[in-house]
Amino acid sequence: MTIRVGVVTFPGSLDDRDAARAVKLAGAEPVALWHGDKDLHQVDAVILPGGFSYGDYLRCGAIARFSPVMETIIAGAHEGLPVLGICNGFQVLCESHLLPGALTRNDHLHFVCRDQRLRVENTSTAWTGDFAPAAEITIPLKNGEGGYVADEATLDELEAEGRVVFRYLDVNPNGSRRDIAGITNAAGNVVGLMPHPEHAVEALTGPTTDGLPFFTSVLKKLVA
Amino acid sequence: MARVVVDVMLKPEILDPQGQAVQRALPRLGFEGITDVRQGKRFELDLAGPVDEAAIARIREIAGTFLANTVIEDFEVRVEELADAPGAATGSAGDNAAEEGAVR
Repeated sequence: MTIRVGVVTFPGSLDDRDAARAVKLAGAEPVALWHGDKDLHQVDAVILPGGFSYGDYLRCGAIARFSPVMETIIAGAHEGLPVLGICNGFQVLCESHLLPGALTRNDHLHFVCRDQRLRVENTSTAWTGDFAPAAEITIPLKNGEGGYVADEATLDELEAEGRVVFRYLDVNPNGSRRDIAGITNAAGNVVGLMPHPEHAVEALTGPTTDGLPFFTSVLKKLVA
Repeated sequence: MARVVVDVMLKPEILDPQGQAVQRALPRLGFEGITDVRQGKRFELDLAGPVDEAAIARIREIAGTFLANTVIEDFEVRVEELADAPGAATGSAGDNAAEEGAVR
């Protein structure tokens, strides 16, 4: 049985093709999902890709969160459907309240585009099972509004429950509280991060292949 | 026709780098003495029907779920009397309708 991983395209999505390609390289079947279509076409997991959904008008991810496809994804996520939000996808997950907190404008106001070192701090989520504990990885980071914020109580709760999945190493590129690059929900099926694993799956095009385990992790989770 | 204005501001504890950039530019333009600038959004909603309690409640719902992200932003809803509306403008517009947004 081939595992089917859906990749949503919103108007303004940029990285949906790369995400689909990463899914394919990991050995699964990518399925294109459309923002206006509620039907998830029997996919086993969903990726919300990077880009500027609906032009990121109002706030990043704010309009995408109310799209027809998100209605089904939000319901599915509450029932355990694995969902990975990358960059704009992370912003959509926060706007949807599937993940706590919000992403705000980078503290230095510049758009960042760099290869970023991260530590994987939780390898029990649906999307990180193939990483060694405390693995240090390098994948691209590119955003203008990647500063992760939440109130102190929420940050403490995330830390206490091991829900900070990725933390920036060397530099904090955007002013994120506690160097947080990515988090998970309590169940571990919904993960969001600002850096881009789908751009680091092949030596030819990426700085590393450190992004590949994201996509193989979910396959193992689904066949287990 | 009636207009309802929704002002959305980042919560005081949330860093506002855009406002800071504006503030830092002021001395260059010769404006001294501005110690802080916070930048927000203003939405003007024109209503087909009357601005009654139900309409305000509905707009507060729109503001709290969509126009503002209450994780990082506060909002304020107020009624603006339009100059050309019949019987408009006795006193300042909608002081009594101003309310603070819900804090999560």
